[in-house]
Amino acid sequence: MKGEPNPFDDIPGTTLFDAQRSRQGYHLNMFCMSLMKAANRELFKADEAAYLQTFPMTAEQRDAVLKRDWNRLIGLGGNIYFLAKLFSTDGKSFQHVAAIMTGATQEDYARMMLDGGRSPEGNRSKKDWDNRG
Amino acid sequence: MAKLVAGVATSHVPAIGAAIDLGKTQEPYWQPVFKGYEPAKRWIAEQKPDVVILVYNDHASAFSLEFIPTFALGCAQEFVPADEGWGPRKVPVVKGHPELAWHIAQSVILDEFDLTIVNNMAVDHGLTVPLSLMFGQPQEWPCQVIPLAVNVVQYPPPTGNRCYNFGKAIRRAVESFDQDLKVVIFGTGGMSHQLQGPRAGLINRQFDTAFLDNLTADPQKLARMPHIDYVREAGSEGIELVMWLIMRGALDAKVREVYRFYHVPASNTAVGHIILENEA
Repeated sequence: MKGEPNPFDDIPGTTLFDAQRSRQGYHLNMFCMSLMKAANRELFKADEAAYLQTFPMTAEQRDAVLKRDWNRLIGLGGNIYFLAKLFSTDGKSFQHVAAIMTGATQEDYARMMLDGGRSPEGNRSKKDWDNRG
Repeated sequence: MAKLVAGVATSHVPAIGAAIDLGKTQEPYWQPVFKGYEPAKRWIAEQKPDVVILVYNDHASAFSLEFIPTFALGCAQEFVPADEGWGPRKVPVVKGHPELAWHIAQSVILDEFDLTIVNNMAVDHGLTVPLSLMFGQPQEWPCQVIPLAVNVVQYPPPTGNRCYNFGKAIRRAVESFDQDLKVVIFGTGGMSHQLQGPRAGLINRQFDTAFLDNLTADPQKLARMPHIDYVREAGSEGIELVMWLIMRGALDAKVREVYRFYHVPASNTAVGHIILENEA
C-alpha cells in the first residue's frame, strides 16, 4: 500500500474519514460525542478549556475546538457528524457550518444551494482547482 | 408466509425533521418538498404494510467510534428517538417486530451475511425522518419497524455489490417467515450532498437522475460502482446511496417504478425519492 497514491486524495476540498483520520481524531470525536448529554453541554459551556482538558486530545485539537475552526478540525481527524454535536451545542446548523467551511457567507451559500448547489463541473479533481488560477 | 411487496427510497435530511416538528412545512422553502411526498403518503396508506424494514445510517447517535458495526439489525421490542444534541424528536416510539427481526438475523447469518444483533438502540433522524415523510405526524406509527443500520460514516462502508446481495438475502429471509405479513423495505439517505470542507454544497442532478433511472433499469450496474465514484460525483455524504441498493436487492429483478420525486435543496442536500413495486 505504501507509496501508492490514494485516489481519494485527488478530490478537492474533501477529507475522507478513513482509518488514519479515525485514529487521529478518536478523542476529539469522543469529546464531541459527550455533548449528546445535556449535563455535559452545561459543563462545557461553563468552562470550555477546562472541559477539554478532561479528554486526552492534542493541544492543537483543543485550540481548534475553542476557535471553532471547522476545516482545521476536519484536518485533525474530526468527523462532520461528530462535530455536529459541537455546533448543535452552539445552536448552529449544518448549513451555517458548511458555509463557513467553504469560505462563503451564509447568505451566499444558501443562495448557491437554492440555485441548484455546487456543480460537479470543475470540482472533481484537484487539477480543476489548480487550473482556476 | 410473509411477503415483501415493494421498496421505497428517500433522503433523510435532519432539517426536514426539524421543519415538520416546528410546523414549517407550509413555508415557501419547504412546501415543495412536502408536496412531493403527498402521493407517497397516499400510496403507503393504501399499501398498509404490517412491517417496514428501514435501512438507514446512524449519525454518531447510537454508535460512536467505540464500536462500528457495518450492518446492525434492531431486534428489540421498541426503539426510542435519539437525543442528537438538541433533545429527542417528539415523534412516537418506534415499535419493532422482534420475531421477524430475529428470524432475519438468523437467516442472513446462515446465508453468510454476518450482521450485528442489537437489542438496545436509540434511533436518530436517519430513521425517524423517513417515517415522518411517509406517515406524517400520527400518534402512533401505523406499522412495526425493523431498523437496519449501515455504517456509512467510517470509511469504508460496505460496497454497493455487498449491499445489493445483502438485500437479496433479506428477501429470502422475509419470505421464509411463517406468518402472513406484508413487508415494505425502505432504503434511505442520499442523494448527492457534501457536508464538509471547501467543496461542501456539491449537488449532482445528472448523477442522481441516472441513479434513479438505473434503480429500475440496471441495478447491477449501480452495484458495480466503486466508492470513489460516489464521493467524487455525489459528494462525501452521497456515499449513503449504497443503502438504497439493499432495498433494491430485496425486490424482484424486474420492478415497476410507481412514483419519483426530486428536489434541490433541502438544507445542503438533494432530496430524492422513489417507489418501486414488484411486478407480481
